[in-house]
Amino acid sequence: MKVALRSLLFLTAIIMASTGVSRAQQDPIRIGSFLSVTGQGAFLGDPSKKVLEHFIEQRNADGGVLGRPIELILYDSRTDAKEAVNFVRRLTTQDGVNLIIGGNTTGESMAVIPFVEQAGIPFISLGGGSVIIDPVKPLVFKTVHTDRISVQSILEHAAATNRSRVAVLSGPGGFDQSCRTNLLDLVGQYKIDLVADEQHGSGDTDMTAQMTNIRRSAPELLIYCGFGAPTSIVAKNHKQLIPELPLYMTVGAASQDFIDGADGAAEGVFVTGSAVMVADHLAEDDPQAAVSTTFVNSYKAAFGAEPSSFAGHAYDALLLALDSIERAGSTDPEAIRTAIESTTGLPGINGIYEMSANDHMGLGPQSLILTRVESGRFVPTN
Amino acid sequence: MTDFFQFLIAGCTVGSIYALVAIGFSIIFNATRIVNFAQGEFLMIGGMSAVFLSATGMPLWLSAGLAIAITACAGIALEAFAVRFARGSSDLMLIVLTIGAAIALRGLAQTVWDRNYHSLPAFSGSEPIRAFDLSISPQSLWVMGVSVLVVIALHAFFTLTLTGKSMRAVAADRDAALLMGINVNRVMVIAFAMAGALGAIGGVLIAPISLMHFEAGIMLGLKGFAAAILGGLGSFPGAIAGGLILGFGETLSAGYITSSYKDALAFLVIIVVLLVMPNGILGKSSVGRV
Repeated sequence: MKVALRSLLFLTAIIMASTGVSRAQQDPIRIGSFLSVTGQGAFLGDPSKKVLEHFIEQRNADGGVLGRPIELILYDSRTDAKEAVNFVRRLTTQDGVNLIIGGNTTGESMAVIPFVEQAGIPFISLGGGSVIIDPVKPLVFKTVHTDRISVQSILEHAAATNRSRVAVLSGPGGFDQSCRTNLLDLVGQYKIDLVADEQHGSGDTDMTAQMTNIRRSAPELLIYCGFGAPTSIVAKNHKQLIPELPLYMTVGAASQDFIDGADGAAEGVFVTGSAVMVADHLAEDDPQAAVSTTFVNSYKAAFGAEPSSFAGHAYDALLLALDSIERAGSTDPEAIRTAIESTTGLPGINGIYEMSANDHMGLGPQSLILTRVESGRFVPTN
Repeated sequence: MTDFFQFLIAGCTVGSIYALVAIGFSIIFNATRIVNFAQGEFLMIGGMSAVFLSATGMPLWLSAGLAIAITACAGIALEAFAVRFARGSSDLMLIVLTIGAAIALRGLAQTVWDRNYHSLPAFSGSEPIRAFDLSISPQSLWVMGVSVLVVIALHAFFTLTLTGKSMRAVAADRDAALLMGINVNRVMVIAFAMAGALGAIGGVLIAPISLMHFEAGIMLGLKGFAAAILGGLGSFPGAIAGGLILGFGETLSAGYITSSYKDALAFLVIIVVLLVMPNGILGKSSVGRV
């Protein structure tokens, strides 16, 4: 009898261990990420990395998701599409991640899409270009306003103020070119005359030649499609040659670095962007106010600096991912995918997400705020 | 016509920077026969040092001076810890060595500082000067003015001082210079220090115009190298001519032809020139008698 009891206990132990009930509770949810922590896109990838690491750690301290901890597996793609592809393959085949957040640049995001589709893992991109989600790909989502929306809101502003002669200057990057293509595509719709279409190269230190050509074509407003250091250089060259011409920039310039780098030349430049840029100007009952303030305060406390709106993109992607996993109730890729697609009314930094089967960004033009630089700060225009 | 002069101003500004980088290439090439591909990184180190020193509240002139000193030390370190041990290796080895050093310096810069873009305030304000429908930023005048001063100072150094003369002697014939009792090691150290300081001057000057980050040296180094080759590697007047031609070529092609292919056009000019004049515009012919 004694022997029988002991073997029964032993058997129960084996059964319990093999079903893994208790172990599954502790099995982490794996979020994979590839970010441009170094290289040309470092100003995007570096804040993204900080945000993912900091807020995942915070969430784990609060008990994780579905009672399970979150494990972040992060690689530095060095802003290189080839590296990005390698890391995505590693994430999907070796690391067994449940979801991928990453791709700070449009080029990297586009390069990895065939591989996430092959692996069947949901992918939330941090790239800006509209090509990422247009046409819609079942597994691919994004949290950054597309360049198309940026351009749309600028052109709407132009139309509302009766200006029709538009000049565009664009850089060589994927985002820059996608933005330019969208602009060329949209000018007809807004009855806009594109009078100059200038471009600059990678690593250029001076765009006054392009500015001179733009000045000759006598436009009523200038749109710059690009991101990073060139945004500051363009602002300086613009101030030098055609300060009276209103200059508009897209979300690519939506960071304090742009203003600081321009050394005063950013004053008066219009920049389309998100709530995080103007967090202290939001009304208290604004649904985005709470999430923006929480984010800004937590980021400032952890890193001692104001977050750029690029940091906000990563925060939104994480919010979206965790919210969807929670609603899916499992880490099955298809369940997560469906949950992301059915996200409605989720307030984030970039707007209130309303995803659907044919909109994998879920942000309308109204979520974009047109700001103007005044005394070294972004200020909402209305 | 106004546009043309505006293009010239832009070309002259970037051309001066290319010329400074090209002179750096030439100084080291003359003293050591090495093409130092870390020359662009000297520029980056100078610019980044100045940015971070001035961020501590230090006056601009002092942080610029310290940045130049720091970069000169980086040049000396490169000579003392890498190049000296590889002496006698093949040219290819030495080139790979400097490329390796460039990558190491970039890595070091992003660890010591960060990966963001940084700007220095313009030396005498950012309010552009306008005259005859032309507009020029005061910083461009600084770039051109300081470049001219540097060239004059270098000329004086190489023709009037004993050290300068001994460096020219080493450039002309290393073995003969050694036999004449010139300390070749010392000449090499001085050459690297000077190239470092020169790079830093370029970096500090251009930081307010083009911003600085840890990879800023790659493209500027490449353009400076192209300018040096164009003018004839080792020749100072050639370096200046090469830099200015490259700068003008870039801005004029961006202004008149197409801005999308301006780099391609600029490099096309270089290829054509080198096909016609293989030693560069002002380079010495290396034909020897048998």
